[in-house]
Amino acid sequence: MDLTTKYLGLKLKNPIVSSASSLSAHVDTVKEMEDKGASAVVMYSLFEEQILQEAEALDTYLMQGANAFAEALSYFPEPETFENRDAEEYLNQVSKLKSTVDIPVIGSLNGVSAGGWMDYAKKIEDAGADALELNIYYIPTDPTKSSADIEKMYVEDLKTVKSKIKIPVAVKLSPYFSAFANMAKQLDDAGADGLVLFNRFYQPDIDLEELEVKADLELSTPYELRLPLRWIAILRPFIKASLAATSGIHDAHGVLKAVMTGADVTMMASELIRNGIGRIDAILKDLVAWMEEHEYESIEQMKGSLSYKTVAEPAAYERANYMKVLQSVR
Amino acid sequence: MARKMVTIDGNEAAAYVAHKINEVIAIYPITPSSPMGEHSDEYSAKGEKNIWGTIPSVTEMQSEGGASGAVHGALQAGALTTTFTASQGLLLMIPNMYKIAGELTSTVFHVSARSIAAQALSIFGDHSDVMAVRSTGFGMLASNSVQEVMDFALISQAATLEARVPFVHFFDGFRTSHEVMKVEQLTRDDMKAMIDDDLVIAHRKRGLNPEHPVLRGTAQNPDVFFQGRETVNPYYEKTPAIVQKAMDKFAKIVGREYHLFDYVGHPEAERVIVLMGSGAEAVRDTVEYLSAKGEKVGAVIVRLYRPFSMKDFVAAFPKTTKAVAVLDRTKEPGSAGEPLYQDAVTAFTEMVTEGKLPFNFPKVIGGRYGLSSKEFTPGMIKAVLDELTKEAPKNHFTIGIHDDVSHTSLEWDKSFIIEGDDVVRGMFFGLGSDGTVGANKNSIKIIGEGTENYAQGYFVYDSKKSGSVTTSHLRFGKNPIHSTYLIEKANFLACHQFVFLEHIDMLENAAEGATFLLNAPYPKDEVWNKLTKDAQQQIIDKKLKFYVIDAYSVAKKTGMGARINTIMQTCFFAISGVLPKDEAIQKIKDAIKKTYGKKGDKIVQMNFNAVDQTLENLYEVEVPNQVTSQIEMVHPVPEHAPDFVQDVTATLIAGKGDDLPVSKMPADGTWPTGTTQYEKRNVGLEVPVWEEDLCIQCNKCVAVCPHAVIRAKVYDEAILENAPETFKSTKVRGRDFPEGYKYTIQVAVEDCTGCELCVEVCPAKSKTEPGKKAINMAPQIPLRETERENWYYFLDIPEYDRSKLKIDTLKGSQFLQPLFEFSGACPGCGETPYIKLATQLFGDRMVVANATGCSSIYGGNLPTTPWAKNHDGRGPAWSNSLFEDNAEFGLGFRLTIDKQTQQARELLEGMKNEVGAELAEAILTADQHDEADIAEQRERIIKLEEKLATISTPEAKHLTSLAEYLVKKSVWIIGGDGWAYDIGYGGLDHVLASGKNVNILVLDTEVYSNTGGQMSKATPTGAVAKFAASGKPLGKKDLGMLAMAYGNVYVAQVAMGYNDTQTVKAFMEAERYDGPSIIIAYSHCIAHGYNLKDGMKHQKLAVESGIWQMYRFNPEAEKEGKNPLRLDYKEPKIPVSDYMSTETRFNMVNKMNPEAAKEFIAHAQEQANKRWEKYSHLAKMEASEK
Repeated sequence: MDLTTKYLGLKLKNPIVSSASSLSAHVDTVKEMEDKGASAVVMYSLFEEQILQEAEALDTYLMQGANAFAEALSYFPEPETFENRDAEEYLNQVSKLKSTVDIPVIGSLNGVSAGGWMDYAKKIEDAGADALELNIYYIPTDPTKSSADIEKMYVEDLKTVKSKIKIPVAVKLSPYFSAFANMAKQLDDAGADGLVLFNRFYQPDIDLEELEVKADLELSTPYELRLPLRWIAILRPFIKASLAATSGIHDAHGVLKAVMTGADVTMMASELIRNGIGRIDAILKDLVAWMEEHEYESIEQMKGSLSYKTVAEPAAYERANYMKVLQSVR
Repeated sequence: MARKMVTIDGNEAAAYVAHKINEVIAIYPITPSSPMGEHSDEYSAKGEKNIWGTIPSVTEMQSEGGASGAVHGALQAGALTTTFTASQGLLLMIPNMYKIAGELTSTVFHVSARSIAAQALSIFGDHSDVMAVRSTGFGMLASNSVQEVMDFALISQAATLEARVPFVHFFDGFRTSHEVMKVEQLTRDDMKAMIDDDLVIAHRKRGLNPEHPVLRGTAQNPDVFFQGRETVNPYYEKTPAIVQKAMDKFAKIVGREYHLFDYVGHPEAERVIVLMGSGAEAVRDTVEYLSAKGEKVGAVIVRLYRPFSMKDFVAAFPKTTKAVAVLDRTKEPGSAGEPLYQDAVTAFTEMVTEGKLPFNFPKVIGGRYGLSSKEFTPGMIKAVLDELTKEAPKNHFTIGIHDDVSHTSLEWDKSFIIEGDDVVRGMFFGLGSDGTVGANKNSIKIIGEGTENYAQGYFVYDSKKSGSVTTSHLRFGKNPIHSTYLIEKANFLACHQFVFLEHIDMLENAAEGATFLLNAPYPKDEVWNKLTKDAQQQIIDKKLKFYVIDAYSVAKKTGMGARINTIMQTCFFAISGVLPKDEAIQKIKDAIKKTYGKKGDKIVQMNFNAVDQTLENLYEVEVPNQVTSQIEMVHPVPEHAPDFVQDVTATLIAGKGDDLPVSKMPADGTWPTGTTQYEKRNVGLEVPVWEEDLCIQCNKCVAVCPHAVIRAKVYDEAILENAPETFKSTKVRGRDFPEGYKYTIQVAVEDCTGCELCVEVCPAKSKTEPGKKAINMAPQIPLRETERENWYYFLDIPEYDRSKLKIDTLKGSQFLQPLFEFSGACPGCGETPYIKLATQLFGDRMVVANATGCSSIYGGNLPTTPWAKNHDGRGPAWSNSLFEDNAEFGLGFRLTIDKQTQQARELLEGMKNEVGAELAEAILTADQHDEADIAEQRERIIKLEEKLATISTPEAKHLTSLAEYLVKKSVWIIGGDGWAYDIGYGGLDHVLASGKNVNILVLDTEVYSNTGGQMSKATPTGAVAKFAASGKPLGKKDLGMLAMAYGNVYVAQVAMGYNDTQTVKAFMEAERYDGPSIIIAYSHCIAHGYNLKDGMKHQKLAVESGIWQMYRFNPEAEKEGKNPLRLDYKEPKIPVSDYMSTETRFNMVNKMNPEAAKEFIAHAQEQANKRWEKYSHLAKMEASEK
């Protein structure tokens, strides 16, 4: 069975990629993923805030109270050099993973505003990453910013990063755009090598005792795959870039569905966190079994077969689908 | 190797050389010498090698006594060894200095000379300390400028190696140690050329070594000691020539020429000043200025003070000399004259006696100047020279003060200024927190190192650690700068904080036609009318060029927050003309890149942006030709302040302390308490506002407030009748108070520093708006007037009867009036809440011995002090002796109190019949266990005093003077960890062992906070501190466990942020315990590196991770058959890394050396676990097992 696929110009042995998560923080875990069959690994994200706030905090706290009192003109020795630890550790981890596994290692940079943090794209490339996933995680809370402003920001971010590095760049997106198809097209035109659909925003929760907003992470459920499925199907016909389905991939069926709508790869983390790395192997086996049973020869053969362009009933991806669903539950 | 020009201060110049020509360095922090040790430690931490290719070993000791011991030992063992110190530190070295000199050991001690505490402590510069060691046998070489510090550090080392006489190389504290100056940096080659390796090897060979053993340090008897003492004479005789030889060699190598005594001035001078130290620089300029005008004046500048070469001294004078004024920067009360004066007189006399004086015996007078960095200006110098023209000049005069008591002082002309227009003189008034000083240091570097110009910077700080005002004095010019005094008339003057104009008459310092830059929160068209009347008048009269910028708006816009340093610096370069504008701006940007580069690109970009925005927002204001303002400058203290405060304190607050005559000063250093209440500093931009409807009345905000600006009172509702309209109150909760009573939390907004600790600890939240608490921050200015009125109204509400409060609870204790208020401590200070608590509980009968350190500075630094009195006029009596002796000092209080109490009891016993047996018996048997008991005893004492007033026996007189001792007194010994763990530990241990009833409060910040964060033995594993630049590898000393080992000492370790009730209980138990008690209090500190508003959270994390243990060890329990140790914390539930990762002091290691950080964390975890195991094991033991 030919499970190979191409993603961001990289030839992968199968369409199962480990998505950005804490799993990639451990070299042994990544090695195990490779052993169990993962075709590539997207590393956990290096956040803009990690890069910037660390520098700011350091500047603030080292200078706090300095040059204000005659006996204590500073409160800390001035070290020769500072390293941004989070960032340095991240780069070290890229290098370590590259020297440990043979599968492609995709770095992940998570940020919003244009600025110095983007220099880390180059550093990640230099550390050996095969590609970079740019995760633009932006909550548009500013009422003065129009959707056009926001779209422009995404495109500019991508262009800046592209200008800094030679390795392929995928953009991980949220679905919350007024004109998602157009947004995807803009990014495609701006040179994105891939689009990763979709980012799962960590939605806030409330702590009733403390009357505070609390942030925690809920793992995904298979149902969440529905959204990427729709949009991959819609985008596939006119997007040149690779497409990756992420959020809700938990089994071989999920992989098959995503590939059929047009995904070049499927990415999973929740399933691996919940049920172990061994799931990659199991899913691959299920995938092969299903393909054999249904007499498919390769992933390429089924890729995009159920996209908007090729599906028997394209309207199912549109509003009609909605009406149909509603009617079905009456 | 070419020498480069650098802009550095004197401390750095000394450390730079000393580190390269020594092998062992033993250090201990003391202002103003600490930076020399810090630099050395940093050099070694960075792996910098000395000229022989090895990295000098730098070791921090527990005291200067310890440092000198280690130096002595290292020297005896043959290493080239040095140390750095000042003031009391040098005094602690004296015993070893006699030994080192007696043993003819080559070494140089670098001393930034500082006043010795007498009627008061002073951190500033004079020669009291070095003059106190002139009899030790050390040679003494004085540097007068930063360049000379660098040069003489090397010359003295070269000389000591040849002469075998050890040297004190000294320069003036602050004026030279902290003056930033452009100097030529000596190279390693210079040093190699100056230091003779054969002499180094000879020194090494004299070291103690079992391979060829010798014995030193014998005890000698009357038969030979004297002769032995005289053996050194030939060495001292040769030393001056050796020093001159080293100076000559230096001149050949480097080009700068020095002599043992340098003469400057008119070649045929008749009037000559003699002095040494930084003042000589000002004298040089002045005599040259006057000589150029034809006055026959000059100066002999003393370089080598010991051994004093009379021959060379006399030879330095022009043969035309007729009158000499010898100036000493020290005071020796009761002497025949100050030391240099006496030496000069002796020299002239001896030379006359020997017939070697090449001119007639001159008129010689001596005078004192410049004590504690008192200004020494050309006007003063001229006054001294003018005095010499008189037939009978005043001898033993003073210059620089107005002495209306002993009439020693000379008058001087304050308008006599010798600086020309070729020097750019800039004065900058800023806040400590706004970055003004940092920016100015940067400007000096830019100009000093980036252009041909010479540059000088000197910075004046006020005595507060919060909201402190800084004044920067910057000079730039084509020629070397010798003006070792503050700028008198500035041609550029900048006010970085608009509010200063209301308090500080800064324009007084503006020269005619000067440029005045003002940071104002107003548009340029409105600024003029916001100025004070006085400011407007001066701007018009002096024809100032007036520029404004709204720097805070620019800072906000460019993401700089409240930091206006780069913005104001840009303004200076844009309008001062010191450099072409474009060149200057480029240089600022280069400097930004250099300074902030390692902290990240964002910081650099932010600053670049600020520079660009500044230029767009800087405006020149067209100055109207008449005054329009009605705004007057604010009087420094309120009208109701007492006379002394109006008369003296107000002058100090106004920054006019220099104008106070001697008669205004208390003769013995005794000052009134409770004066901070009159200094309304208004430094908090935002202040807490109480929401009475949300408040649950827990009083936590009151407890944590470091400055005692949040107060709670419970009172009868009737009191509200005349309350101001905005005065807030609510019904008091709980059954402990009478029905209908009211509760108020009142904030002294004018005294608040805006730290936000109160908001962070407030547990009450609004149900409709949970982001809002029962106390929230709001801008101060709109609240100022109303809250001032409310505050004074609140103060007039009677205190609740303290005998009826549950004061062993946090809530109850916080209704007690704090008798420690509005100190100058940092915003968010972690120490002061504990001190305040002690004063609430025991303040009216408390006497405090305070170790030198943060607590003695915010507790006792003028102009105003925070220890206060209650409505009855009672309150803590406070004193500071030294750093090292505080436990003993406090024990002395106890000994006296016990003795006086005993005497009073004995007298009362004997007078039972006269005063009434019942009253006497009641007094003698009073329990005084709690507040009610004490109140009753006070009543009895009043009756006793009334009785005694009717009896005229000597016993009655004595008992009257001692009766107050019959009310229980509470002795508190307070200090930081530097004192308790290090320098004062020996004494503290002895006092604990004394069994006497003293209460020791250790404010444990885990570093020497007051001197800028040096490592102490309380510093925990993995923390970066000065002298532990790579992180401290060893763990924190367990002081509590050591104290517990005695068995009869009450010991508590507390952290208010983890359990405030435990803190209150510990204070109560410690005070009640009739024996020694020690409370070790976790005190968060600015030197930990995080926003101090979260201080209490960090305390909690420290305990939850097990890094800080909470317990009370009460020997009383043992008497009841119980285990005296009670743990007040639980098994650690979070890893230590959760705590350590929140503080910069630990995080820094991770940034510099992540592997080391991991090891530190593992080690810290192990310690936390072990301490838990140990303590929990001990706490579980049966009492009999212990």
